[in-house]
Amino acid sequence: MNPGSRLAPLVFFAAMLMAWEALVRVTNVPSYLVPGPWAIGQAFLGAPWVLLGALASTLVVTAVALLVSAVVGVALAVAMAASPWARAVIQPWAVVLQVTPIVAIAPLIIIWVGDPFAALVVCAVIVAFFPIFSNTAIGLGAAPADLLDLFRLNGAGTWDTVRLLRLPAALPYFLAGLRVSGGLSLVGAVVAEFVAGSGGFASGLAYRILEAGYRLQIPRMFAALVLLSLAGLAINTALAGLARVLLARYGNAPEMRAR
Amino acid sequence: MLSLTHVSRRFANGVEALADVSLDIAAGDFVALLGPSGCGKSTLLRLIAGLDVPDCGSLAWQDGPPRPGMLGYVFQDATLLPWASAAENVFLPLRLRGLAWSEAGPRVAAALVQVGLDGFADARPHELSGGMRMRVSIARALVTRPRVLLMDEPFAALDEFTRHKLQEDLLSLWRDLGCTILFVTHSLYEAAFLARRIVLMSPRPGRIVHDIASMVPSGAEARLDPSYATLVADITRHLRNAA
Repeated sequence: MNPGSRLAPLVFFAAMLMAWEALVRVTNVPSYLVPGPWAIGQAFLGAPWVLLGALASTLVVTAVALLVSAVVGVALAVAMAASPWARAVIQPWAVVLQVTPIVAIAPLIIIWVGDPFAALVVCAVIVAFFPIFSNTAIGLGAAPADLLDLFRLNGAGTWDTVRLLRLPAALPYFLAGLRVSGGLSLVGAVVAEFVAGSGGFASGLAYRILEAGYRLQIPRMFAALVLLSLAGLAINTALAGLARVLLARYGNAPEMRAR
Repeated sequence: MLSLTHVSRRFANGVEALADVSLDIAAGDFVALLGPSGCGKSTLLRLIAGLDVPDCGSLAWQDGPPRPGMLGYVFQDATLLPWASAAENVFLPLRLRGLAWSEAGPRVAAALVQVGLDGFADARPHELSGGMRMRVSIARALVTRPRVLLMDEPFAALDEFTRHKLQEDLLSLWRDLGCTILFVTHSLYEAAFLARRIVLMSPRPGRIVHDIASMVPSGAEARLDPSYATLVADITRHLRNAA
């Protein structure tokens, strides 16, 4: 990428901010309806630690949920690859969980799971685990037929084939799923916080957004939203970087080109 | 060392891949299975490797069915593990048999030397050319010291110059190792240059139409030998008659 194309998104972003600020000032909209970037910045700087603390709380839930999703997703996918029985049992449940709207079952989960932190993690995992699970399952099945024959010819057992061929072959697929799940676990964490927040125990960003809304502190609400977007961007960038590092030694081998 | 008697194979979609194939393979021979696409020559190789089973007919090995490692198999593509180095790829068959790297290391190094890849042990497949990847693939087949080497159009995807070099190197490997080679190809020039015996096959259903012994001297100079041209002409005539 040349410097121009690196700079272009930043210049565009700055231009959008200036246009937004100008529009808000010219039309004189009150900031409790549409705050300008300036007012949002001031709202953040007025009490930065409140919002940053809330962000940290949400990010901890997100990170734990992503980790649990990765472990559960990969474990279920491996079980499915190893046994057709496991496949028949797991597949429908995974799909049912994926299509169930989290907003509808979050209140139940929050009641059932006593610990608030664990409840948030469970909700976020339900939202986030499917892309990791389904991508890994596809990757485990995508090992080239010739290589599978080679393993058979050399008397490899199921476990050796999974460990030495199917799992490494699934890594690019897993990492693509992880990137999608990273964003989803943030969404899941925030949605769960919304539900839990009205129940009265939470400290995450969603709670701050609700609180600011009730108090008509709209600039602060926007500041929280901006933090959320930035966190999402950071997670996506970090996971893309992780994929680049882990896949460096795969080269661009035609057998495994799946990003 | 291997006898196939009245072997047939029909796939689930109704295609008759092989019909009544009988073939004896002598130990130490270099046999080319030559024919157009779809004549069942790859199916025949897979049956011999035990990757597929015949519907009828029998397949008998003189010394009983082959144990893992007694057969080396080389595919049309190099089919290397892209995340593993050349040495790790060659190590794979030994690793699957439970050997530790400390035991297998010298054998892996020796196999890489055999195919002319000493110094490339740590190279990843994507850093190697197509010809070198195929050399790694051949080293992987040789590392278990197989008695029989089954090769399924291994050089078909390479350019002419690389192919000639690999063919010559394969011939000298065969002379050094004394193993039996069954070589599937659709190139009659390749078959005429490499093989001591050429089994001609025709498609739909796949069957053997001719069995030709080669009188071409074995070596790089064979391409310029008049007997090579005669053999090519001979095969061409048989192919015309079969069509």
